[in-house]
Amino acid sequence: MIAERLRIVAQPGLRVRRGRLRRSQIRRYVTYVVLTAVCFIWIYPILWMLSSSIKPLGEFFSGLSLIPQQVDFQNYVQAWQQANIGPDFINSVIVSVSGVLIVLFVSSTMGYALGRYRFPGRKVILAFLGVLVFIPQTYTIIPIFDLITNMHLDGNLFGIILAESGSANIIIILLFAGYFSQIPKELEEAATVDGAGFFRTFWQIMLPVAKPVIATGIILQFIASWNDFLIPLVLTLSQPALRTVAVGVYFLQGVNEVNWTELSAASSIALLPVIIVFLFLQRYFVEGIAAAVKQ
Amino acid sequence: MIATERRDTLRRRLWQARWCYLFILPGVVLAVLFSLWPIVASGYYSFFDWDGISKAMYYIGLGNYQELIHDPYFWGAFGRSFLFMAVTVPVEVGLGLALAIVLNDRALRLAPIYRTLFFLPVVMTTAIMSIVMQFVFSPYTYQGVVNQALIDLHILGRPVGWLANPQTVLWTAMAIFVWKWVGQPMVYWLAALQTVPSELHEAARVDGARGWQIARSITAPMVAPFGAIIALIIAVGNLNVFAFLEALTGGGPYFSSETMELYIYRMAFGASMGSVGTTTRLGYASAAAIFFGICVILIALPQIGLLSVFQRRQIAVGRRGLT
Repeated sequence: MIAERLRIVAQPGLRVRRGRLRRSQIRRYVTYVVLTAVCFIWIYPILWMLSSSIKPLGEFFSGLSLIPQQVDFQNYVQAWQQANIGPDFINSVIVSVSGVLIVLFVSSTMGYALGRYRFPGRKVILAFLGVLVFIPQTYTIIPIFDLITNMHLDGNLFGIILAESGSANIIIILLFAGYFSQIPKELEEAATVDGAGFFRTFWQIMLPVAKPVIATGIILQFIASWNDFLIPLVLTLSQPALRTVAVGVYFLQGVNEVNWTELSAASSIALLPVIIVFLFLQRYFVEGIAAAVKQ
Repeated sequence: MIATERRDTLRRRLWQARWCYLFILPGVVLAVLFSLWPIVASGYYSFFDWDGISKAMYYIGLGNYQELIHDPYFWGAFGRSFLFMAVTVPVEVGLGLALAIVLNDRALRLAPIYRTLFFLPVVMTTAIMSIVMQFVFSPYTYQGVVNQALIDLHILGRPVGWLANPQTVLWTAMAIFVWKWVGQPMVYWLAALQTVPSELHEAARVDGARGWQIARSITAPMVAPFGAIIALIIAVGNLNVFAFLEALTGGGPYFSSETMELYIYRMAFGASMGSVGTTTRLGYASAAAIFFGICVILIALPQIGLLSVFQRRQIAVGRRGLT
């Protein structure tokens, strides 16, 4: 049946008429107008936050307008210095960058072994990873809190880094496993002929080929670490100096002297890295999560 | 003889794969420490009266569970968690599909820009977006843009305390949640829609089929198998609402938006925040986590089973349609 339809398509110049073309064009313009309106409302809260952050406090009460009459970066200075977002921001950078490095190391090696080789116990580990995807963080936070305290890692950022890298990299492992399993055997055989061992084959031949997955992994993990809230919240309850920026902004709203313009500046500082990373590298990000659905 | 031989080959296979085991070791250690062990430990803690700070742990058997099933706050949070899922999952998946269908049109050259904008809230730090949303939905007209816009449009006469009223707070939270996350199913659906060959659409169009006829008789049957898996992924994700709700409402007002995760957090760490409750009760909170986890599994398992049967049949139908 479908073959028949395809044959019809193949016949040129059949039913394309002027009127229909014009109608479809009009429809496209209508779609654009509606989409643009919906999109504007969709991201209005984000634009509103960004615009309030550069308005002086007096002007903030002036309404829905996004364009400030007067640009004032004083809010940023205050958020960074008085509201203590500066140190929190640096903590977040340290936590996210270290998290990315640990997760990349752990998931590329594990993905390589799981995707490339058959060995006893492999299926058990794959099934185990599959189950772990389904466990929400909150239900495991109490023992993690206890574990980090008992390991005496609760006094520094390493506890947060370790807890975060331990609980959220399964998708990345599976992406690596999938990618490595598709690399042609010849590449590996050539390396073996050259006398490369297991580790050198991985490090010098396989890993450089896996650049797209590495890029996806970096972005997924960076955004996950940067946005993580529960683990840094619980692990810094008694240690405000270790707060990440998400937790810092969360505690800011309880402080009486902090007003909305300052809070919006703090929020903008906190969100800027993810916005930048996402806008510039979104291709890898979207492909990464779309690949998750196909697996 | 045979047995020892088999053992020998197993040993040899283990030895041959020694590099593999070395490579998976770091990942396995992390997964055991931070995923497997916490599950086992939660089960263990749930039998103790323990504040988490002192060394003293008192074994009380099923005492925590007995207290749990008589706690109206627990059941309130329990019901709200399921309500939250039951509303947000279908709305998110449906709305995501609608957006994906609109954006999948080849004639829309600018579609990738719109896709990026609809997806943007997904990558934003959840806790911070929630704080911003507190202001967006604030009842004070000079702050709350939602109220101000609705008053300007003469839809509302006076500002509504969207997040301050126990009647509206959970529904408002669900709406904001859908806003935050709908980009995710949209991207999943787009990936699914791209598996439909565009020749099929053209063929149908030449046959005189209209937009919605094409959607119903060609697109729908081909992407339906993805629907099940997308719904499952979204449902699992929507169990994680802690950062979102804690920063948006903190479970309030009067616990009217407290879901299971917030309840567990309040029981476990509430006292160290200086808020409600006088002691930290890690044993009791663990019991709540285990109890809820088991309920979720019991409810989810038959559905996952049904979905996979449905999916297999759909794929079979899809294949038959193609040949």
